[in-house]
Amino acid sequence: MILVALPAHLRALAGVKGDVELEIDGPVTRRSILDALEARYPMLRGTIRDHVAGERRPLLRFFACGEDVTHEPADTPLPEPIASGAEPFFIIGAIAGG
Amino acid sequence: MSNVRVLVGTRKGAFILTSDGKREKWDVSGPHFAGWEIYHVKGSAMDPDRVYASQTSGWFGQIIQRSDDGGKTWFQPGTPSGLPVTTPEGMPTGESNKFVYDTSAETGKPLTTHQWYDGTPHPWEFKRVWHIEPSLDDPDIVYAGVEDAALFRSADGGQSWHELPGLRGHGTGSLWQPGAGGMCLHSIVLDPANKERIFVAISAAGAFRSDDAGATWKPINQGLRSQYIPDPTAEVGHCVHHITMHPSHSNVLFMQKHWDVMRSDDAGDSWHEISGNLPTDFGFVIDLHAHEPETVYVVPIKSDSEHYPPDGKLRVYRSRTGGNEWEALTNGLPQSNCYVNVLRDAMAVDSLDSCGVYFGTTGGQVYASPDAGDTWAPIVRDLPAVLSVEVQTLT
Repeated sequence: MILVALPAHLRALAGVKGDVELEIDGPVTRRSILDALEARYPMLRGTIRDHVAGERRPLLRFFACGEDVTHEPADTPLPEPIASGAEPFFIIGAIAGG
Repeated sequence: MSNVRVLVGTRKGAFILTSDGKREKWDVSGPHFAGWEIYHVKGSAMDPDRVYASQTSGWFGQIIQRSDDGGKTWFQPGTPSGLPVTTPEGMPTGESNKFVYDTSAETGKPLTTHQWYDGTPHPWEFKRVWHIEPSLDDPDIVYAGVEDAALFRSADGGQSWHELPGLRGHGTGSLWQPGAGGMCLHSIVLDPANKERIFVAISAAGAFRSDDAGATWKPINQGLRSQYIPDPTAEVGHCVHHITMHPSHSNVLFMQKHWDVMRSDDAGDSWHEISGNLPTDFGFVIDLHAHEPETVYVVPIKSDSEHYPPDGKLRVYRSRTGGNEWEALTNGLPQSNCYVNVLRDAMAVDSLDSCGVYFGTTGGQVYASPDAGDTWAPIVRDLPAVLSVEVQTLT
């Protein structure tokens, strides 16, 4: 089981409180986490990755174990504490005012 | 006795204001979708409890929400078949945010470019839904006007959305350009006398009409004159801010253009100016009395950069002659130190015997007049900046 920390607006949209728990078969990567997240919570499709190209929405960033992995390849294995569920994978909205 | 439900979209959520027919005491519910921009909320004329909302965010994109109980509860209508539409906690489960331009070889049009602010080509990119227009005769059919400009249609109550690509691809798209708010399709007018006829308006392209239910379109901008574009009388490129039509006079259209208040008596084939004695003919909203097709309302705004009422006086102007002769309506509105704006979708009317008129401001006030504009009072004063106001008259 891995943990995902969502921005507050996406927690509200998905109807969850606290971190999301997901089961992932195979390598734990950004892509596999987002695939599992969107399968479990279909209302989040399009809110993190664009519907058409599947690209990250511009004002979102991803962090793992205190490191910014936003610009790492989507299929790069994430650190062991993420894969084991010891630490959450963070999806964060950029500080952009508003 | 009739009731009135006012649907308000703001920068930070939706609010629903309800009253009985006297329109003196109001209940306020909200914020719904707190923290999200709600560009538009509109109910179905066929089923008033069916209400659609455009929920959008620069971070998380576009969501369509739907209520089947008049705004008490909401869900995303794109829930996969057979699955519950809400979680046990009552939150929505569905996906209803997939707006993809139709570029298919079978039905679509290629994605081209439009003009950027500096005149260079810029790719077409979906950003948000500005306006939702439920069908006049089927609550499951609903249209969405989007940025970058295009018209979408859903025939399943908002579960899935399909572009009507004939508009975006009709041939002048490369000449369209964004206004200050973006290149948005903000006005959708359905003709109750002719199901095949749809009018839309785009900033900054102009007005367009379809006579075949949205399959093909023609620009209807003859008579518009815009000094701020290279050819002031061009076929497209005009910054139309809003258009409206009285349901009993479907060949008569009224337009608030960037500057100029305009009128067409031939379904948009030609336009003539009716600004008359307005203190400024810049503005965003334009609307009509529910029972008097020649009674027009506008809110003049000082421009080009100020975008607040002239002299700090918030005045609605009413013409009872279909334009040209305007009277200022000030009773109950602030007449000093008022520097708010009234955005293009932020005025609406009810259809009670004494027609109610409503508008919202960027200062968060929603004003109501129960007597066609003679007197005004705020329903609420301190909402987030108001983006849209719609009214349902409930019997």
